[in-house]
Order: sequence, then structure tokens, then C-alpha cells
Amino acid sequence: MHNLKRQILAGPYLLWIAGFVLLPVGLILYYALTTTSGQFTVFNITSITASVHWKALVLSLELALLCTVFCLALSYPLAMVLNGMKGKKSSLVVFIFILPMWMNFMLRILAWKMLLSNHGVINTILDMLGLPGLDILNTPSAVVFCMVYDFLPFMVLPIYNAMSRIEKDVIEAARDLGAGGFTVFFKVILPLTMPGVVSGIIMVFVPALTSFAISDLLGGGKVLLIGNVIEQAFMQEYNWNLGSGLSLVLMVFVIASMALMNSHGEEGGTGIC
Amino acid sequence: MLKRSAERIYMFLIFLFLYLPIIVLVILSFNDSKSKVQWGGFTLRWYQRLFSSSSMMEAFGTTILVSLVSALVATLLGTLAALGIDAMKKRGQAIMLGVTDIPLLNADIVTGISMMLLFVRFTRLGLSTVLIAHITFNIPYVILNVLPKLKQSNRTTYEAALDLGATPLYAFYKIIWPQIRPGVFSGFLMAMTMSLDDFSVTYFTKGAGINTLSTMIYTEMRKGIRPEMYALSTILFLIALVLLLFMNFGPSARQKEE
Repeated sequence: MHNLKRQILAGPYLLWIAGFVLLPVGLILYYALTTTSGQFTVFNITSITASVHWKALVLSLELALLCTVFCLALSYPLAMVLNGMKGKKSSLVVFIFILPMWMNFMLRILAWKMLLSNHGVINTILDMLGLPGLDILNTPSAVVFCMVYDFLPFMVLPIYNAMSRIEKDVIEAARDLGAGGFTVFFKVILPLTMPGVVSGIIMVFVPALTSFAISDLLGGGKVLLIGNVIEQAFMQEYNWNLGSGLSLVLMVFVIASMALMNSHGEEGGTGIC
Repeated sequence: MLKRSAERIYMFLIFLFLYLPIIVLVILSFNDSKSKVQWGGFTLRWYQRLFSSSSMMEAFGTTILVSLVSALVATLLGTLAALGIDAMKKRGQAIMLGVTDIPLLNADIVTGISMMLLFVRFTRLGLSTVLIAHITFNIPYVILNVLPKLKQSNRTTYEAALDLGATPLYAFYKIIWPQIRPGVFSGFLMAMTMSLDDFSVTYFTKGAGINTLSTMIYTEMRKGIRPEMYALSTILFLIALVLLLFMNFGPSARQKEE
């Protein structure tokens, strides 16, 4: 089946990739390494150490890390509970938990902006109960909160998929050989779900690190992430060279974090496919 | 027993976390009061206003157009690519799958910016640039859905058909196509939902005056929240519900189980 005729079918795709994936990435490289007049420079890249940019990068890493930890802590038990359900009912329950993920990303942000606002639903309920209000809109807490809401399914699905592939026989064998609940969990279930955990972490950490819309809309202009800095460089200051330089730094961080995670668990698989 | 009820409570809490915002949005879309917490009676006013707003309707039309067209083109290119990749030797396959991963793994913001740089240099931003961008990030989803089906498909039947005198096209249509159809179908649906949900890439590649719902809501939300958007949320939630029901319990899903 290694016939040349059939391989040619991938030709249009190859052209498409060359023109619309590789060339654009090449352009980022070009702009990142030149000045506005086209001379070579590394200033656009080293400017990540400027205090505003550096602060934004550190804050992005912190919030993305927090978001990933929260997502993992919420998802793992949930995946276990979902996996414990039997038969026809389980596919319906899984469906219920992935449905919100398919609602428009912007509208999910809108929902939390409305819920968290000063005279919003959450504060009104807290007020009725005589509890102090939750004044977190326009703070990093609100941003993390919304990120967790937005990216939670990306963590739940791969872990659930990995868990549902574990054969019941393996667990029973461990029990027959005298393993207790804890041993089964740490020696069998956890190692076997590690690939799911790894791809879940990547799928949550990367979008959380690079998002700019959530911090823009829920941070009230006070929470500046690296994504916001890049967006402003392009759309407000029209400084493409600086924007490209910072994008390049961001790309390096994304690739590094993925390489780091993948070295801990072989073959992830996105889990939504 | 204790464990079971603990599990139930935990699931209920997560369920609440996921659905509370949506439920509140749906309720407010029928609320005849601009307040976020007071019920002023039932109304369809916000829906009427939504449907009579030309900018909202235009964004809605653009969104549907972009997601349908980009998913269709991506399905065509992606299926052809999968057929080609499947015929390659191991090394060729590894290289092709490597480049396929680039748009999947790249951050949205970087994909958007890199394409904007290309478009601004060689053409003008507009509807066509949004389409090209969406097709680009959609193709990998199609390939990743079709390729496994091709690997599972029975090759000897296809070769037997050729030996018996079928033209390659006829043999493809009669033998390979039925086997990969569910993959093509789910690839198309996945591409469409990715396109519907996209914000970042559209934001950077759209020209002035062109909006999808995501970019439109973004601009509106920076000015403030209007009740029409609750109505819009309710409608989009219903669309997502129908699409996902179709994907999970529709014809392609049933074929998967068989």
C-alpha cells in the first residue's frame, strides 16, 4: 500500500501546512529578531526581563499553576466517581459533565462576570445569609476561578478515559494478592492513569498560561498576564517586533512545559478524540 | 453507604459549579427586569431585541458560515491527507503527524498572531482570512479522527476489489468509504464545534467590521453586559446541547458501538 499515487492525496494538505502554519511561524521568528527597520536584534526577546513584562510572565505562570492544581484536585476524584458508575447511566452522566464545555467560551466568561459582580447573584445570596460579600471581581482570584471553570473538562476527560481503560481483572488480581485499598490505588490505579493526568495537565496549563481574554474581562485591566502584554503590543501599540519577541518567549515556555510533562509520562493522547 | 453518599454529594457540587452559571443565564434571559437578582415577570423582550439587532444577527450568520465552510473544507483536505498519510512509510507518517501537531499544540494566541502577520503582509484582513485560519486549526482534528479508522480498515478487501477489475474510485467508494465514514463524520462535527468556540484566532485574523459571536460578545462585554446576551447564551446552549446529543447518541456514535 505504499503507492505513490495515494500519497499524493496528502499534497494539498502539505501545501496548506507550508503556507499557513510553517510560514507564519517563520514570520514570528523574523519579526522577533529584527527592528522596525529590518536590522538584526535580540532586544525584542531580552525585553522579557523588563520589569512589567517579567511581572506579567511570573503572574501568568503562578495563575496557570494554581489553575492546573485546582483542576487536578477537582477532576481526579470526579473521574473516579464517574468511572465507578455502571452501564447505560454512565454515558449519560459523562455527557452531562462535558456539555458545559461546548457552550461558547465567551459566554462562560460572561456568566461568571455576572455572577461575581457586586450586586450579582452570589453576593446577594451571601448577603441574605448574613455572610460577608465576596469581592473578587477584578482580582487574580476571579481570573483563576473562571479559568478553572473553563478548563476543568480538559482535565476530567483524559483522566476519565485513562481510568475507564483499566481492566477490572488487574485490580482484582492485586486484591487477590493481598493489596489493600491504598496499595491498589497507589500501585495500580495511579500509575495506569498517569498518561491521562499528564495530558490533562498539558491541556489545562497551556491555555491557562497563554489566555488573555479571561484576565482582560474579569481582571478589569488590573490583572496583566503575558497574553495581555502580547495582545496589547500587537493591537494597541502596533509594535509587531516586540509582540513577536514576547510570543517567541511564550512559545519556548509552552514547549518546555510540555517536554517536562511528557518526560514524566509517555504518550499522552488528548483524550477528546 | 457512607462512601456512596459522599460520592453523590461530590458529584452534585461539581454539577452545581458547572451548571449554576448556565441556569442563572437562562433564567435571566426571561426576566422582565434589568436587575441581575430581581424577578420582574416573564418576558420574551430580550429575545425580540436580540433578533431585531442587525449586528447580532450578522455576527450569528458569520459564525454559522465560518464554522460550516471551514469544517467542510477541513474535512475534505483532512480526509484526503489522512488517505495519503496512511499510504506513506513509517518515517513519512511520523513527519506528517509531527507537523499536524503544530497547530494543535501551539497556543491559540500564537497561532492567531502568526497568521495575522502573514495575512497583513500579503493581503488584507477580512472574512476570507478568518476562514483560512479556521480551516488551518480544524484540519488536524479531522486527520486524527479519520486516520485511526483507516488503520482499522480491511486492506485486503480493497486490493481484492482492484484485482477483480474495480476502478480505484469505485473500490474506494464501495469499500473504504463505508469504513471511514464515522471518523469523517465525527471529525467534521469536532471541527465545527472548535470553530464555533474559537475566540483568539478569530480575534487576530478578522478585519474591521467582521465579527463572529465570540469577538462580538468580547467587544460588547468590555462596554457592559446587556440582557440580550442572556438570550443569546440560552440559544447557544441549546445549539450545543443538540449538537452534542447528535455526536454522542446520533448515527455515527451508534456505528462506533457496533
